[in-house]
Amino acid sequence: MADLSAAPGTPVQDIRDSYMALVQRRRLYNGVLLAVFVVLMVSGFYVADARNAGGFWDGWHQILDFPAGVVSEAWEKRANLPGLLVHYLPSLLETFNIAAVSTLIGCIAGLFLSLAATRGLAKWPLLIPVFRRLSDVLRAIPEIVIALVLIFMMGGGPVPAMIAIAIHTAGAMGKLYSEVNENVDLKPLEGLSSVGANWSQRMLLAVIPQVAPNYLSYALLRLEINIRASAILGFVGAGGIGYELRNSMSWGQGKFDEAAAIFILLFATIVLVDQVSSHFRNRLIGTGGH
Amino acid sequence: MAETALFSREDMKADASRLFFRKRLLAFGVPGLLLVYLTYVFFAFDVPGLADRMRLDNAATLVSDAVSYKTHVTRDNRSGAVTVAKEGERKGAYPEGEIPEWVTIDGDRTFITLPEGHAAEFGPDNTAVYIHPAFGRIEASVSRASGVQVSLPEADLPDWVSYSSSRLDIRTEAGRLTVTRNRTEVFRYFWGWELFWFTLDSPYHDHGPLEIAFGPQLDPERTNLEGAWEDFWNNAMWRHKDVVWALGETILMAFLGTMGAALIALPLAFLAAKNFAPLMIVRQAVRRVFDFVRGVDALIFTILLSRAFGPGPLTGALAILITDSGSFGKLFSEALENVDKKQIEGVASTGAKPLQRYRFGVVPQIAPILLSQVLYFLESNTRSATIIGAITGGGIGLLITQAINTQKDWEEVSYYIVLVILMVIAMDWISGKIRARLIHGAS
Repeated sequence: MADLSAAPGTPVQDIRDSYMALVQRRRLYNGVLLAVFVVLMVSGFYVADARNAGGFWDGWHQILDFPAGVVSEAWEKRANLPGLLVHYLPSLLETFNIAAVSTLIGCIAGLFLSLAATRGLAKWPLLIPVFRRLSDVLRAIPEIVIALVLIFMMGGGPVPAMIAIAIHTAGAMGKLYSEVNENVDLKPLEGLSSVGANWSQRMLLAVIPQVAPNYLSYALLRLEINIRASAILGFVGAGGIGYELRNSMSWGQGKFDEAAAIFILLFATIVLVDQVSSHFRNRLIGTGGH
Repeated sequence: MAETALFSREDMKADASRLFFRKRLLAFGVPGLLLVYLTYVFFAFDVPGLADRMRLDNAATLVSDAVSYKTHVTRDNRSGAVTVAKEGERKGAYPEGEIPEWVTIDGDRTFITLPEGHAAEFGPDNTAVYIHPAFGRIEASVSRASGVQVSLPEADLPDWVSYSSSRLDIRTEAGRLTVTRNRTEVFRYFWGWELFWFTLDSPYHDHGPLEIAFGPQLDPERTNLEGAWEDFWNNAMWRHKDVVWALGETILMAFLGTMGAALIALPLAFLAAKNFAPLMIVRQAVRRVFDFVRGVDALIFTILLSRAFGPGPLTGALAILITDSGSFGKLFSEALENVDKKQIEGVASTGAKPLQRYRFGVVPQIAPILLSQVLYFLESNTRSATIIGAITGGGIGLLITQAINTQKDWEEVSYYIVLVILMVIAMDWISGKIRARLIHGAS
């Protein structure tokens, strides 16, 4: 039996010393990291506060003024609400359509990008890094920038927003889908190529059936994200419910019942799509993952 | 008996053909439905009318402005003063006596050489001449009484000239001459971004990096490197200082928002997790709060907060903080529900108190997962912070919208876009590296 209460100089004591030294160093590192983090958070807050138009300490008690104003005005004019909800349905539909079409187009483009960027599936293996960087770049551009540039060229309306969101979606899906593609079983591919199938037949018959549930699940999640994005783009002039929201907001007091109706519609849509898409995603993937 | 009937040939055939029918229906039905939907959207979005609304001239300006710049040679027709300025801006004006060699000022005559044999001349008495190598001379004069007059009858003017008595506009591939009552102006186009490093008033303008680093001292008051950095940093045209600050603000918004949201969501997530919160009512209440916060869009929070705090990075950070605390709460509580009980029991068996059980039984299990989720959000929030900044007015998003709204600084817009892409890719790369190390360290 080993002697656990070891005397100095024995191997057990050495191990214990080096273990304690390791623990101490680890604690020191963690302490330093924590201190750096706290300093970053506090100083970051003060920098942000100093560069903001209104300060945090002056403004925080006003946070609820605006929602309270909206709610009280909407409550006073509650008779108008049902009519307003119906009135804004078409623009809500437009926001939804922008999101749906851009998700559709973006996912199809992302599918091709991901196939071109996955080792073992790519038609031109030499170009894999090119397609990877391409989807990185497409993913990195904020939609709002593309939308504003396109609005300058095409005038306002849903099409610039749709293109902008589709571009970002293509990049994001290119990455997510290529992660799915990497886990594909290659045996069906080999089987198909042994009977002389060409690239598109191999992809369609061997890869797509394996990845389709994951693809659809990511697409549904993306639809949710894109509805939010589409509302934001409307706010800068691309049509839909966001545009109506900005108009009613810029009227200020007196039109808050309209703003309230739009808030309700937007909230209800997001929650509804969230619920529906998580239901279908659970069915597609089979597990309760998020 | 029933079993053999189940496997009878007719039944199998019928089964198979039903299956094929379903597959066929799916294979044709889904694309068909999508096609119908896309057709509906095609008309709902008025895509056919897009061709009319499309501003091709805007697109051409945008592209040419993004990759080239113009130098204006302008004569004020009242005072007769001639100025040469890049993009016609005062901060891009050439100082007196340092005009470029393609402009010659000789008394009240100014001669401007344009590429490909074109030229223009400002003469005395408010006259101007455009010399086209193939077409010849087009002379114009301006007077207060009769406006702009040209030497040729209107019918003889080629289609690259637009003329009315208040304005003459000659556009060729080599340059452009406009004459109005107030001013006569020639544009000459150059490739590239103007004055990106130094403005014209800096002594370092037109000197290469090697010359600045190793050449003779250009400014008697400052050493070359110090002066060059100062003039670059305070460049009035490109405002490098403000741009770097704006990028910093954007990253700050993402950082403060994400980390703040994680700090708020962590304790609440324990209340929403089945295995940590025994009271069903508390659990449900906290979960509904998370759902509500996630459901209210970041856009609405941004509007709400900018009413209270005004534009700036703090507003953006708080908007990200509130929106993401809902998402983090949901993700964290799911991670907590998947915690392995055995480890906690093991720690408890050594006599650990509840706090110690959390510290040594729970935290080591969830910390890598939570950190990697936080980093993932930090990375995607860098992009969101740009968008939120464009709405509330803070960070690089504000600079982009300002530059787009001027409708002429497209070279700046493209510069900012490149910076945003680099920033997002850099954050992506850094967080990917850290996440890879976390997962590696955990397994």
